[in-house]
Amino acid sequence: MQKDITRLSFILLFAPFALWIVLLIILPHIGMVIISLREKVAPRVYEFSFAQYIDFVQEPIYWNTLLRTGSMSLLVTVLALIIGFPIAYYIAKIAGKRSKGALFLLCLIPLWVSDLIRAFGWILLLRETGVISTALQKTGLVGQPVEFLYNDATVIMGLVYTVILFMIVPLVSTLDGMDDAMVEAGYNLGGNGPTVLRRIIIPYAMPGIVSGCIVVFMLTAGSYLTPILLGGKNSSWFTEQIYEQFISRYNWESGAAFGFLLLFFTSVVVWLGLKISGQTLSSTVAKS
Amino acid sequence: MSAEYDLECLDVSKNFGSVRAVQEVSFKIPKGSFFSILGPSGCGKTTLMRMIAGFEDPSQGDIHIKGKSVLNTAPNKRNVKMVFQHLALFPMMNVFENIAYGLRCRGEASAEVNRKVHDVLDRIALPDVGKREIHQLSGGQKQRIAIARCMVLDPDVLLLDEPLGALDLKLREAMKIELKLLQHQFDTTFIYITHDQSEALVMSDNVAIMNDGRFEQVGTPQELYHDPHTAFVAGFVGDNNQWTGKVHQLSGDRVDLVTQTGLNMAGHLRGRAQATKGGGLTLYVRPEFIKTRKAKDTTPADASDGENTLTGKIDSLLFNGANSRILVRGPGQELIEADVVLTGGTDDLKPGDTVQLTWPAEQTMCFAA
Repeated sequence: MQKDITRLSFILLFAPFALWIVLLIILPHIGMVIISLREKVAPRVYEFSFAQYIDFVQEPIYWNTLLRTGSMSLLVTVLALIIGFPIAYYIAKIAGKRSKGALFLLCLIPLWVSDLIRAFGWILLLRETGVISTALQKTGLVGQPVEFLYNDATVIMGLVYTVILFMIVPLVSTLDGMDDAMVEAGYNLGGNGPTVLRRIIIPYAMPGIVSGCIVVFMLTAGSYLTPILLGGKNSSWFTEQIYEQFISRYNWESGAAFGFLLLFFTSVVVWLGLKISGQTLSSTVAKS
Repeated sequence: MSAEYDLECLDVSKNFGSVRAVQEVSFKIPKGSFFSILGPSGCGKTTLMRMIAGFEDPSQGDIHIKGKSVLNTAPNKRNVKMVFQHLALFPMMNVFENIAYGLRCRGEASAEVNRKVHDVLDRIALPDVGKREIHQLSGGQKQRIAIARCMVLDPDVLLLDEPLGALDLKLREAMKIELKLLQHQFDTTFIYITHDQSEALVMSDNVAIMNDGRFEQVGTPQELYHDPHTAFVAGFVGDNNQWTGKVHQLSGDRVDLVTQTGLNMAGHLRGRAQATKGGGLTLYVRPEFIKTRKAKDTTPADASDGENTLTGKIDSLLFNGANSRILVRGPGQELIEADVVLTGGTDDLKPGDTVQLTWPAEQTMCFAA
């Protein structure tokens, strides 16, 4: 009897999760794979083929866009790490107990506003008639309006701004668990600042660093709004290609193939990152 | 200023805002000795040690290591190594790398690092653990690795911050002896911080008793135990029966007094404070100086001069092998502790027995309150 109740409650608790995984993740992906593996030979007539994938390889603009998206996402990840690490270290180790909570909250506040609104905020600042351009003209530093939007630097800056929080949170939680005595021991045994950082703090924070990098990389490579709004048509982000195939060209087969390729590509990058850093998924993302 | 002292502190003080954590502490530690700083938690002993290690700057005073002031020396440039309370071994490195860390920071050649690490592992009798991860070690092994990690650097002074606190009792007893042996073997000055008096008394050549940011007394363990200079030292080191009373008659060091519970006692004044007739006193009597006799098999107390005598009933018996003790309910209803020998025979003391307690006046340590 008791055993039955335990089993029932387990099933009830597990059911929403299972439904979610199966209906919203696994089934759509299987559908995508099936769609991506067919080719339209005549109106409403489809055949099994690898044509979409062959297309992707043969058309440089497609795989160039994917590589560009990948490399820019890596750059965003590295920048987010370089900027986020000192912030996380300050919050976790240097700030007092009370200011720690306040600082953490300050990091979270931008999340309360949607991505869209935040991107429009940037546009307001950066466009030709925007705040910065106007201010520069008023002070006489430039003679004519300057367009800050629609270039790679702006896209990268906007993306770093959007995702940096997802770097800071896992870093703070790993650094928080580090005993201050460990850093002191590092100095006491003769290490200088860079040595302590390289040999003690970074290795200790590695699970947090890798976990943050994975999340940030995945989010960036899969982001759509920020590159489109800040980079315009020139941003050549891979998600934009996918959108175009599905919506503008109504070519679901190719869109599905692209979607699957993006997933495959980012997974390979994450796997490589884990291999290089000597971490596993269970020691990083699953932990924090 | 001579170099025969490994460490000298000169009037060192440390203030945190309006809190005076350490106040004008001065001491000198001769080369190769085992020095303990013993005090209750919050007495400033950890702050003092952090100043020696360089993690805090003294508000006043000077610290000399091997005769040279280290006030302007960064922590990583001082040849003072520290064993942390929770050891702070690096979990992401194996044992070998933990020990090699300091040598590598110094930029020693790899062959030299290898030789020194293996050498120090041999000396702590753990020759084969180099490849192990930290979490694979037992508590006692971690302890020894933490010491080896410091000793491989050949420090002038080794600081130990209550490193035995996290161990269980049995291991703690074993590590006490081992630490003392290690100190002999390495022949380095050890400064040991603790709130556990038995750790300090067993291991040290000299002990400083610290209270409220000040050193109350510095001396050998025997001096502190048998000749405490202040009431705090008498109360903190060793077990005691404690009374408060008033001076009845004074002659030199000898004092006749009446306790608050109305007992007449003879005692000896200790410490520097002057007692006056009618002034308040605190008395300490150690349980091992109290002799216990069953009351019925003695003639009434012979009231010989210089002895204090009390009759009471045994309230309970605390059997602990050779360290057994009885609690006697005295005439003033206070509980008096006395050490006894229990042989397991039929004439052993039992709860409810009436006993006579005697102890010499010299062992009644009185401090002017």
